[in-house]
Amino acid sequence: MNTIDFSFDPEWMDTLTAPFMANAFAAGLFIALAAGVMGYFTIARHSTFAAHALAHIGLPGATGAVLLGVPVSLGMGAFALGGALVIGALGKRVSEREIATGTVLAFATGLGLFFARLSSSASQQMQSILFGSILTITTDQIIGFAVFDALLLVLLAVIYRPLLFSSLDEQVAQAKGVPIGLMNVAFMAIMAGVITIAVPAVGTLLIFALVITPAATANILAGSPFKAMVIASVLCLTSIWLGLVLSAMFPAPPSFIIVTLSTLFWAIAKGVNTLKTR
Amino acid sequence: MSKSDCIVFHDAAVRRGERIIWQHGTFSIPSGSVTAIVGTNGTGKTTMMKAELGLLPLAAGSLTVLGKPAGSMNHQIGYVPQSYASDIDSNLTAEQSVLLGLTGTRFGIHMITKAQRAKAREAMEFTGIADKAKYRLSELSGGLRQRVAIAQALVCDPKLLMLDEPLANLDLASQRSTVHVLAKLNQELGMTIQVVAHDLNMLLPILTGAVYLLDGHPHYADMGKVLDSDLLTHLYGTQVQVVTTPQGDMFVTPTPDEPRNQTQDMHSADEVAQMHHHVHASTNSDR
Repeated sequence: MNTIDFSFDPEWMDTLTAPFMANAFAAGLFIALAAGVMGYFTIARHSTFAAHALAHIGLPGATGAVLLGVPVSLGMGAFALGGALVIGALGKRVSEREIATGTVLAFATGLGLFFARLSSSASQQMQSILFGSILTITTDQIIGFAVFDALLLVLLAVIYRPLLFSSLDEQVAQAKGVPIGLMNVAFMAIMAGVITIAVPAVGTLLIFALVITPAATANILAGSPFKAMVIASVLCLTSIWLGLVLSAMFPAPPSFIIVTLSTLFWAIAKGVNTLKTR
Repeated sequence: MSKSDCIVFHDAAVRRGERIIWQHGTFSIPSGSVTAIVGTNGTGKTTMMKAELGLLPLAAGSLTVLGKPAGSMNHQIGYVPQSYASDIDSNLTAEQSVLLGLTGTRFGIHMITKAQRAKAREAMEFTGIADKAKYRLSELSGGLRQRVAIAQALVCDPKLLMLDEPLANLDLASQRSTVHVLAKLNQELGMTIQVVAHDLNMLLPILTGAVYLLDGHPHYADMGKVLDSDLLTHLYGTQVQVVTTPQGDMFVTPTPDEPRNQTQDMHSADEVAQMHHHVHASTNSDR
C-alpha cells in the first residue's frame, strides 16, 4: 500500500463488535483508571521524566521475555520494577536528575534492540512493544490488569494522604513524620506497574501521552487533587475509547489516534487557560 | 533547664561527613520568644533548624525541644521551609494546601470533615488569605504563598513555629505583612517563633533574642546584646554599624567602605570551629 487511505469504513460497527474490540475497551478502562490516578502523583512529584524512562527500562525486559519465551508483560514488569526500585531507593531528588535517567533510558533502549535482534520473533514484536497493539490484548492480560487495579486501589486507600503530602510538600511532610523514603519507593513501584499495563495499549514510546498528558490537562481544569485524578482518568478513558471507535471508522493505528486525542485535549485546555489568564 | 525553656541545647554539635558545621552549642531559648538564627552563608542556620526538628542527628551533646528530645514533639511544631521555585507551578488551591497540614500524615481513608475545613479557614483568616482560599498557588504572589505556607503550619495548633528564610525573595510590603502575621501569632497566641534570617532589619521590632552562629559555635543572646556593632561586624565578616534613628528605630547597616587598617577574617566557619572552645559558665548566665 503506497497511498494513504483515510477513507471512511462503512463496516465500522462490525469491527467494533468483534471480540478483540471488547478486550480493547476493557483494557482501556483499567489502564485509564490506573494512569489517571498515578499521572497526578507523577506530576506532583516532578517525576514525569523518570516515569517515561521506566517504560524504556522495561523494553529490554519485554524483548528479552520474547527471547526466553515468557510473557512480554512479565519481562517488561520485572525490568520496570527493578529500575523503579533503584530510582526509588536513590530518593526523589535523584529521579529529577535528568542526565542519569536519560543515559540509562538510552542504554536500556539499545539493550532492548540487541535482545530483539537475537531472535526473529522478538524482532517481529518490537514494533508492537514500541508503539502498542491494543487490539491484540488477550483475556488473560485483562485479568492481570483488573488484579493490578484492585491492588492499586487498596494500596492507595491506605497511603493516599501521606503519599500526597510527600509529593506536594516533601520537607514539611518529612518534619511531620511521613516516611518519605518509603513513599518514594512505593510510588516508583506502583509506577512500574502502571507502565507495564499501559505499554500494551500505546507502547513504550508513546506512553507519556497516555499517563502524563491527561493528568496535566486535569491539573489545568481542577485544583483539588482528587478531582484532578478523576478528570485525568476520564480524559484518559475518553482518549482510548474514542480512539478505538475512530480507528474502526478510519483505517489508522489506534495508538496514533489515542495519543492524538490526548494531546488535543491538553492543547485545547492549555490554550483556553492561556487566553483566560491573559 | 527551666520549665519555661522551649529549646535547650547542651554541648550540641552537628557534622556533615568529616566537616564540623558547628559545635559546643550550649544555650536555651525561652518559650514565648521570637528569635532569629543569624549568621553568614554556610554557617549552618538551616542545619540548626533541621537538627531541632530531629531530621539531622547530633554528632555530640543533646537537644531538647518542647521538653522532649528533638524530633519527638514535631506534631506541636509548625515548620515552614524555605520556599523553592517548585511552588510556582503548583496547581493546588490555597485551601487544599492548608488542609494537607491537618490531614497529610494520616494513613487510611478519611474524608475531610467540616471541622477540618473550619480549622483551615481559621488559619487562613489569621494569616489574612481567607479570600484567596480557592486560588491556586501558581496564581498567588510570593508573599501570599508564604502566608499560605504559614497557615498550613498553623492549622495543627503548634506551640512552636519555625520558619526558614521567610522574608527571602519578598518585596518590602510582603515582608512587612509577613512580619505582622508573626507578631500577631506571638502576641495573641503566645506562640514561640524561630526564624532563620540573614537580614535582621525587618524583624528587629519583634525579635526578643537571636542565636548567632559565630566561629563555628552557636550562641544565644537577648536582642540588646546582639545589636552591637563589633559583634555584628565579626558575625557578618564585614563592617556593620547599628544606627538608631531619632524615632528610636534601630537599623543594622554596612558602613560605606572597609577601614584600611583592619584585616578581614577570611577563615571559613568550620576552620574557626576547630580553633577555640568557649567555656560556658552556666546555661542561663546571661538572663
